Amino acid sequence: MSRKGFFTDSTVCIGCKACEVACKQWNQLPDDGFRFTGMSYDHTGALGSSTWRHVAFIERNEPLPGHVTGVGEFSWLMLSDVCKHCQRAGCLESCPTGAIVRTEFDTVYVQPDVCNGCGYCVVNCPFGVIDRREDDGRAWKCTLCYDRLGEDMTPACAKSCPTESIVYGDLEVLHARAEDRVQQLHDQGLVSAYLYGRDARSQPGTGGLNAFSLLVDRPEVYNLPPDPVVPTMKAKQAWSAVAVGALGMFAMAVGAVLMGREARP
Amino acid sequence: MGVLDLMLRWPVFRQLLRGDATALGDTAMSERSRTLEPRTARADRVVKSVCPYCAVGCGQDVYVKDGRLLDIEGDPDSPISRGRLCPKGAATFQLVTGTHRVHDVLYRRPGGTEWERIPLERAMDMVADRVKRTRDATWEETDVNGLTARRTLGIAHLGGATLDNEENYLIKKLFTALGIVQVENQARI
Amino acid sequence: MPGLGITLGRGGATTFQQDLRNADCILIQGSNMAEAHPVGFQWVMEAKARGATLIHVDPRYTRTSAMANLHVPIRVGSDIAFLGGLVRYVLENERYFKDYVVHYTNAANLLREDFQDTDELDGLFSGFVAEESKYDVTSWGYEGAGGPVPAAGHKELYSEPGAGAGAAHHARITDAPRDETLQHPRCVFQVMRRHFQRYTPEMVTQVCGVPEELFLKVAQALCENSGREHTSAFCYAVGWTQHSVGVQYIRTATILQLLLGNIGRPGGGILALRGHSSIQGSTDIPTLFNLLPGYLPMPTAAHHPNLDAYLKSHTSDSAWWSNFPKYVVSLLKAWFGDAATRENDFCFDHLPRLSGNHSHMQTVADMVDGRVKGYFVMGENPAVGSMNGAFQRKGLRQLDWLVVRDLTLIETAEFWRTAPEIQRGDVRPEDIRTEVFFFPAAAHTEKDGSFTNTQRLLQWHHMAVQPPGAARSELHFMLHLGRRLKRLYAGSREAKDRALMELTWDYPTHGPFEEPSAEAVLAEINGYTWADRQPVSGFTALKDDGTTACGCWIYSGAYADGVNQPARRKPGREQTWVASEWGWAWPANRRLLYNRASADPEGRPWSERKKYVWWDAGQRRWTGEDVPDFIVDRPPDYRPPRGATGVDTLRGDDPFIMQSDGKAWLFAPSGMVDGPLPTHYEPQESPVKNPLYGQQCNPTRLEWPRRGNPYHRAWSDPRFPFALTTYRLTEHHTAGGMSRWLSWLSELQPEQFCEVSPELAVERGLHNGGWATLRTARGDLECRVLVTERMKPLKLDGTWVHQVGIPYHWGVTGRIRGDGANELLPMVADANVDIQESKALTCDVVAGRHASRARAATGATQPALPEGTPQARRDSLQVGALSHVPAQEKKKDEEQ
Repeated sequence: MSRKGFFTDSTVCIGCKACEVACKQWNQLPDDGFRFTGMSYDHTGALGSSTWRHVAFIERNEPLPGHVTGVGEFSWLMLSDVCKHCQRAGCLESCPTGAIVRTEFDTVYVQPDVCNGCGYCVVNCPFGVIDRREDDGRAWKCTLCYDRLGEDMTPACAKSCPTESIVYGDLEVLHARAEDRVQQLHDQGLVSAYLYGRDARSQPGTGGLNAFSLLVDRPEVYNLPPDPVVPTMKAKQAWSAVAVGALGMFAMAVGAVLMGREARP
Repeated sequence: MGVLDLMLRWPVFRQLLRGDATALGDTAMSERSRTLEPRTARADRVVKSVCPYCAVGCGQDVYVKDGRLLDIEGDPDSPISRGRLCPKGAATFQLVTGTHRVHDVLYRRPGGTEWERIPLERAMDMVADRVKRTRDATWEETDVNGLTARRTLGIAHLGGATLDNEENYLIKKLFTALGIVQVENQARI
Repeated sequence: MPGLGITLGRGGATTFQQDLRNADCILIQGSNMAEAHPVGFQWVMEAKARGATLIHVDPRYTRTSAMANLHVPIRVGSDIAFLGGLVRYVLENERYFKDYVVHYTNAANLLREDFQDTDELDGLFSGFVAEESKYDVTSWGYEGAGGPVPAAGHKELYSEPGAGAGAAHHARITDAPRDETLQHPRCVFQVMRRHFQRYTPEMVTQVCGVPEELFLKVAQALCENSGREHTSAFCYAVGWTQHSVGVQYIRTATILQLLLGNIGRPGGGILALRGHSSIQGSTDIPTLFNLLPGYLPMPTAAHHPNLDAYLKSHTSDSAWWSNFPKYVVSLLKAWFGDAATRENDFCFDHLPRLSGNHSHMQTVADMVDGRVKGYFVMGENPAVGSMNGAFQRKGLRQLDWLVVRDLTLIETAEFWRTAPEIQRGDVRPEDIRTEVFFFPAAAHTEKDGSFTNTQRLLQWHHMAVQPPGAARSELHFMLHLGRRLKRLYAGSREAKDRALMELTWDYPTHGPFEEPSAEAVLAEINGYTWADRQPVSGFTALKDDGTTACGCWIYSGAYADGVNQPARRKPGREQTWVASEWGWAWPANRRLLYNRASADPEGRPWSERKKYVWWDAGQRRWTGEDVPDFIVDRPPDYRPPRGATGVDTLRGDDPFIMQSDGKAWLFAPSGMVDGPLPTHYEPQESPVKNPLYGQQCNPTRLEWPRRGNPYHRAWSDPRFPFALTTYRLTEHHTAGGMSRWLSWLSELQPEQFCEVSPELAVERGLHNGGWATLRTARGDLECRVLVTERMKPLKLDGTWVHQVGIPYHWGVTGRIRGDGANELLPMVADANVDIQESKALTCDVVAGRHASRARAATGATQPALPEGTPQARRDSLQVGALSHVPAQEKKKDEEQ
């Protein structure tokens, strides 16, 4: 199976939230409550156990090249955020029960029938994506429509997206498309356009994201970490240290035994 | 179940066989995960439809099994919408299957403070009776100048912009024949 | 829409959504397309990806603005001044498409000597009849035409005095002189040039608050992207229609598009964006008081005593509407069947007659006055969705009985127990005598039928499942109500009951609930030959002798060959981009209207790049990407012989075949009740005095002045200093009946809110995320506050105007609840179409939760104007005090 992912182009996102609803519809997710946040048009706030696509709205006092408005130095950025399906997925690597797996599509999937709700994954996600649901205690996040992929169906969010801001497909194809788009935007004068989490080179802390995005401002502006690091990346280092320590202790133990033997009258 | 099958269900064996050393891949897949399929795969038919919200006219595929809806999605065949839907269109499944829908005819009597359930047939009879009574009582064969008017201004209608053309046709046809002229709809609002 | 209908011949969108991708420039104004029509907006994005310039002119910076190359903030209610400025720019800078304008529009026609323009009359045109607040259009006519020129798009206007009703208006249009050099001082072109002279860039700044530089950017973009090689498209929605001068907004845009040569060509046109799944359909097959199916006017008591008089008054001597009798007789035949014979005028007397205004607002006023006893509301929610909600509900309280059909218990069904005035204790349910029936409706997945979308396209939806419980379709309700009534009246000998008894009503039914066959109804709408019941192929097969029956002539062809054409679903990817085999568009499956104009007068494409429909000299036929919107074998050089009548009068280079002269009307010699050319008038309630004319407001606007529906001072009302506009959000639908009950939509926009600028927030102490109270003379409401840079006060000639925005989706029932915006709105309307003004009014806003929820309609009064506040007249001093109450029947002697 080829590696699959999402490319989300924030420059063509119209903030309609079709992705949020299509996701809820397909996955039959409950609402997140009905709270007016005062944060522009964003009232779902963040990704969570029952919101697997989330559209961020950023009202910026900065102009966007190629965009003139009489309201002044202003632009309104929108981005549909989702689980990144990291190459080095903290949730997956920290899951003690084997509930979280990497699928044949190279996506990260939580098996609800295995998850016991321990919550290790929640603290190990550098993006704060995976979340436990209050009612059943289990961890939930975007499945990248694992159930649909087997039948060659496009994930619900990407299928519904009116402007192709969310594109699903083979990662290699998405990478090529995304790079062309960045180049096109640069040519049009939008030189701040870049890809977030395209690969391990640009984001070593995650090994690259299978769901990567085109942004035009710093990641923090979109409430994304500028330099995310999967905690389990340090596991190898930690295990090596443990091994050295263990070896030392073994040596000391042997030495002690030998020395003891020598010291025995 | 053969020995091999049994062996294959043993995670460590699978792990070795598939080179999945970290056991983060399909070795850890549960039976449910391995047999997972979209619920639309169970549908016994896919009915072609059109989104009921705005006038873009997005195509919808309605998945049905045993007389119940499984799913409603955008129709990729549509040259207008190309399979896409907005949040409202994407919520159509909830619109038509949600618990907000009322399944009974309700009646509120004059001065009443509560709804009462009544049978559909009886309600239809009651409405037909009201129409006849009001029409007969307010009929104007001529206007104030003695010119032919043949109408009633005692009954009015409002609605139609989310109804089907065929429904609007019967509304206009029957009400006009009854002499009801105050027939209006959202297009005016 | 007569804005399009009077100018071009048909009221529907001239183009289709997919064609937007061919545009070189798209101007969206009066529409927030990305939010209200997100999926249609994909074609705008596609055009943009191909390099098109996207312009959004809107009071607010919205999700559409965010995608635009250029966003122009504008004062609410000032669009005619802005568009008029563009018209002037095009004319003064000679940027119009001369060949197109000379041949395809009435620019060259000479006007009568007695025509006087607004410049001379301080905002009025000649012919104003002050006593009736309406125009006599005689002086607007063409010189030498010998009478009023028949308009195509809004034919019931002939019923109006002065518009030729009853009189012979058989104008000799082909004899009317033209000056194709466009130099004659009385030719339409020169009259128009003078008319728009005042709309300078400086005036645009003063009226609209748009800086000259931004205005010029728009003008230049449009001009650079129009012509032989380029086309620009316009998109609008109710941001243009819902004004007391709304139809003229659309007229101005249409004039501009004609001058630029953008109508009838790919990537051009005017896309009217409708807001409901079948709102186009509900005017085509109208549930409207003044129309019969296919835009045939309802007869009036005064002018149409018999079929002959009716036909005489509406049949044009020239062009397509010369076919009028065929459509009328076929309709009567479809309705009254065997009973309809030539001897009895095909039962024309079975039709009720009008003698006044019976539009929605007037009906509500009549309801309040106790004249309406019974009311059907199907799929609509006037208690929330209509202006002055409390007044609407007051009307409901006076009814004997009310029938509501909907999916759920909307506010209109529950007005007697959840309305704000009930909650406040102003009214007790026990005192409301209205009997209420709520019938659960079937959803679109539970019935067969067709919707007509925004591009005139009929699409069939099939029944997927049975409706739950007692839920039924409206088709079911109407059929079975009709059957019951026929039974109740069986045996009646009264003349009044004959129409019902003779009404054809034998539709086949199926299934456990006896659901009528929607396809059988479609077959009747399509039309058939009476003798052998064979479907007709289209409206050209219809006859005026009773041998054909047809329920709606413009839909004729939708069941051609006995095939349900709207149900056609050949995948888009298997067809050309026009996708002619997906659904069926009226008329005659034409997707892009007036497409004859995509070729030059000789029938050749204007350019290779904009090729669409052209004359094939070899085949001697029009051909191309679409069904030609023309007489298919009429060569470009055809000239009507002397004495020609009917369709024969159309020249081979007359692309607007519905128009009596085959030309698009830059100047409307008839058909518009408020002027032959668009003129800027202020809304009923405005923050400013009209800078252009002494006439403040549309002189023909409709008002319902009464205690329950008070108006603010015409301008600068110190009690209500801010401009207010209402709108939709992507996440909700209209009055909320199909969205506020759904958790997935409700959580996305959970509470009623207003949008204000940081400047206004400071002035009024408003805090983002906090609460505000909005007030008008009608009532008040509480909502959350969104302080945003997307709102900006506008500078108008030294004064600053603050604008407040509020969505209108909220009401008092549903999963999420809030105060309805329409509680604030007055009933006031455009006289062309009786559409209310909900996009521009004035209000006050204060911080905190202070709503009394008292309503003018339940007796609340507002503080009087401060002493010393001078009079503010809506009507020019020249004409004195006018009455704007909608015309009602009057005794003849009272008229004199």
